[in-house]
Amino acid sequence: MQILIDNYSGVSIYEQIHAQIRDQIVSGELQADQPLPSIRSLAKDLRISVITTKRAYEELEKEGFIYTMAGKGSYVSARNKELLKENHLRSIEEHMEEIRKLAVSCGLDKEDVLEMWHTIWEDSE
Amino acid sequence: MNAIDIRNVFKSYPEFTMQDVTLQLPEGMILGLIGENGSGKTTLIKLIMGMCKKDAGAIEVLGCSDLAGNPAMKEEIGVVPDEVFLPPFMKAEEIGVLAAKFYRSWDAARYRELLDMLRIPLKTPFKDLSKGNKMRCGFACALSHRPKLLILDEATAGLDPIVRDEILDLLTDFTRQEDHSILISSHIVSDLERVCDYVTFLHEGSVLLTQEKDLLKEECRKIVCSVRELSAIPQEALVGKRETPYGAECIVRKWGVPEGVNASPVSLEEIYVMMVKGEAHERAAI
Repeated sequence: MQILIDNYSGVSIYEQIHAQIRDQIVSGELQADQPLPSIRSLAKDLRISVITTKRAYEELEKEGFIYTMAGKGSYVSARNKELLKENHLRSIEEHMEEIRKLAVSCGLDKEDVLEMWHTIWEDSE
Repeated sequence: MNAIDIRNVFKSYPEFTMQDVTLQLPEGMILGLIGENGSGKTTLIKLIMGMCKKDAGAIEVLGCSDLAGNPAMKEEIGVVPDEVFLPPFMKAEEIGVLAAKFYRSWDAARYRELLDMLRIPLKTPFKDLSKGNKMRCGFACALSHRPKLLILDEATAGLDPIVRDEILDLLTDFTRQEDHSILISSHIVSDLERVCDYVTFLHEGSVLLTQEKDLLKEECRKIVCSVRELSAIPQEALVGKRETPYGAECIVRKWGVPEGVNASPVSLEEIYVMMVKGEAHERAAI
């Protein structure tokens, strides 16, 4: 497993751990039922907060990417296509929200953005 | 369980008052205590160690509420002060022999291992060691009596980045064990802030804030904006601000960042400085 923490990226450490483990599960690099490092040892190896690491694991568990067996540790869950789709949908919504904020900040309205969107979509087809 | 549990502690000196300090360090965690010179960090550590008497309140350290009357408990605590005082004419290896007489729990093998690991010269009298080596020696001593709680009082001030990095390794290794906790007190945190789980800001003898460190950093953003934009930010979202005739620089909780304004991440130091300055500003206004 590979986790790269960038202190200066502006992305929270929690989000960096969460996204990198999630991506490696989605891409199949981390196999179902493969054990993950313990929260404390991962935190100490990366020299980051235990609480933050725990929060990333908890989020991954809540989203169904990993499961935890009491006293034994955490493991990668078997993959779930619906779950992935759900995650992508949420990601799209977040990006759209970003677009909306940017549009508002430079005075574009919904129609302007939709028109841009049509152009981009058609260009790539 | 809390490794350190301080509740409503008061302590006054003729020209300094510590007011209603409440602070918890949960077992297994690292707490960064940040405050400017004279904010009460050392007083707080003296109170924790039972080296001075509180006027009111309760302090429990590793479950013990009377450290002064319980010297055996002190073996469970390793302290590294800002300047390490060890017998000046003794060599590192002799210091180990001496310490073994003080501490029942002294682990000579561990001490030797740390001296090797930190490459501390064995045959040089303590007084002739470099500042970095004196500090390394202090850490080796503090860790060799197998404490459960480590307290660093400005211990990394004035050390070069290499030594600080080594210390960071020592700290993370120490807390691999679940019942080991650390209190780091400093007026600068920089590289050490990375490993902290919690952070407490101390200012003029009072606690300004205690929060989970990464949450605080995630919540706070620095923005540069016009005075008009500043006035539109809800007061509850504003952590600190600095106004100039030409605009304002402020630290705002994420939800209060105005749309379209560019927000950048902040360091703990920036948050601390802005909070302290903001407070002074408010008082001046009254």
